[in-house]
Amino acid sequence: MADTGALRLAGTGLQSVLRSGLPYLALAVMLAVIFALQPNILSYFGLNLLLKLSIPLILAACAQMLVIALGDIDLSIGSFVGLVNCVVAVFFADHLALGLLILAAAVIGYAIMGAVIHLRRLSSIMVTLGMSFVWFGVALLILPNPGGMAPDWLANLARLQSPLMPLPLWLAIAIAVIGHFALMRSSFGVILRGAGGNPRAIARAGWSILKARLVIYTAAGILGVLSGLVLTAITTSGDPNVAPTYTLVSIAAVILGGGAFVGGIMSPVGTVAGAITLALAGSMLSFLNVPPVWQIGAQGCILVAVLAGRALVGADAK
Amino acid sequence: MMAMRSTLGRSATVALRAPWALNFAAALLIWGLTLIASGGRGGAETLTVALAFSVFTVLAGTGQMFVIAAGPGNIDLSIPAVMTLAAYLSMGVMDGDAALLPLGLAIALGTGALAGIGNIILIRALKIPPIIATLALSFMLQSLANNAGGEATIKPPQLLADFTILKLGGVQILLVLVLVLSALVQVVIARSVFGRYLLAVGQNDRAAALTGIPVWRIRLGCYCLCGAMAGLTGFLLAGFSGGAMLNMGGTYLMESVAVVVLGGTAVAGGRANAIGIWGAALFFNLLTTMINAFHLAEGWRFICTGAVILFVISLNPEERS
Repeated sequence: MADTGALRLAGTGLQSVLRSGLPYLALAVMLAVIFALQPNILSYFGLNLLLKLSIPLILAACAQMLVIALGDIDLSIGSFVGLVNCVVAVFFADHLALGLLILAAAVIGYAIMGAVIHLRRLSSIMVTLGMSFVWFGVALLILPNPGGMAPDWLANLARLQSPLMPLPLWLAIAIAVIGHFALMRSSFGVILRGAGGNPRAIARAGWSILKARLVIYTAAGILGVLSGLVLTAITTSGDPNVAPTYTLVSIAAVILGGGAFVGGIMSPVGTVAGAITLALAGSMLSFLNVPPVWQIGAQGCILVAVLAGRALVGADAK
Repeated sequence: MMAMRSTLGRSATVALRAPWALNFAAALLIWGLTLIASGGRGGAETLTVALAFSVFTVLAGTGQMFVIAAGPGNIDLSIPAVMTLAAYLSMGVMDGDAALLPLGLAIALGTGALAGIGNIILIRALKIPPIIATLALSFMLQSLANNAGGEATIKPPQLLADFTILKLGGVQILLVLVLVLSALVQVVIARSVFGRYLLAVGQNDRAAALTGIPVWRIRLGCYCLCGAMAGLTGFLLAGFSGGAMLNMGGTYLMESVAVVVLGGTAVAGGRANAIGIWGAALFFNLLTTMINAFHLAEGWRFICTGAVILFVISLNPEERS
């Protein structure tokens, strides 16, 4: 009896290593393929180009990760990033104060969304679905057709030449490290994760779940704003339809990175790796000369393959 | 006076007990506003157009309803991709030949059912959560659709195009058929063994399994039905809108979820309402015509849609699962 118990323990230990290692393994394989096919990418300029567009997705995925760790799902992050993109492109150049005011109001809107979900005991899927229409509608009112212009200072930030490594790499590492220490290594993080994993226990211990939800949704809103800012800095123009795919891809990145829908389970470093993997999947496939019509399908296959790998090592994604 | 007050009271009770009925009231309100804007002209036309488009929203939504009713976490994001692929494959096989209509229809339904099986394989065998599994499958189906048709529009047989707008005595036949289908689905949900099993699985899958209900076979049935409905929607929409096109299903991704939940189906599963979908579908489509009639900016349509979703679900709070 004791033997099988020990065996099972060893098994779960190996499982958890494999489970937490999978997203990095997937990313490493993908990078290896890309570098093998295009050695030129392994340069300051090449890496900058390759990783640039994954930064806004990483930020959106981190916002999604916080919400998923609560046991909620955010279906509005994509259109929210689109709204931020439009506000920045339309107002930031000439009316910076007004633009900042709108963004602050939008973040408060995110916090209210979290509070309403909690107080009225509503389904987060439906509330965020409703809000996704609202964010998109407001973005369309601000900018009915793609256009606008990012202010020069913002566009210049994206072109900044950072020392040693290209800026996107620094940013990705910084987000992963900050996320890891803020959420996995702090007592504050324990409370936030507990609010998703076992809300009753956290409430009994005297912490307010409402406050935790407010903090998490505010943080998600701020990350959404950052995502939109970076995206606008890169694209230098506004488009309400710029990021609707972020909603579902960010959810996929969180699950790919080791998160789970049950609440309380998340991995900031894994989420960053998951987001980069999904962002780079397209580049890898075009280096492999996969015809464009098959690329989105191949992305689906990569998603399935990684999650199937997790099922094989015995840790399900639920 | 007394009679009027009691009627009012009764409608208020109905609204509180069944918030989904509010959708019909909201749809009526919007229709009234549109009539006022147009000075009372074209009321029947507005309603006819909204009903014609609602047919497709309802078809896609009814499929989504089976999946959502199957319990927490169940959702089908592959509906738009299935619609597009089914439309391309069936229109491509028929190539405008009306004699091949039965084959085309079978291909559309079969494509959807196969997609349902694919979804269940990903969900059950690979233990991938439905929201991710159906998304991944929809990526693959999108690629298949790109290959089947690419950028081109494949025209439907004339007979199919005529059928989708055929009217008898001023009433669209397709509308009547889909109304009958909704009523049938409602009966199936409420009275058939499959329907009762489905609601039991949606309420508590573990309890359902312990009573001997084949939980996974029921879920398979839901995803296959949803796929087949999406295939049928794509088939008919291709006939209605002049052919199979890429992105023809795009708007149905979130709208199918919204109309189901607004229509009175529980997000957490275990409660389904096929008739309620009509109210929400009519509301969305009348809203589009109203925004056009008032010459309002497109953005207002989405803001109103979002506001109504928030309003209706806030009337109907349910326990988080």
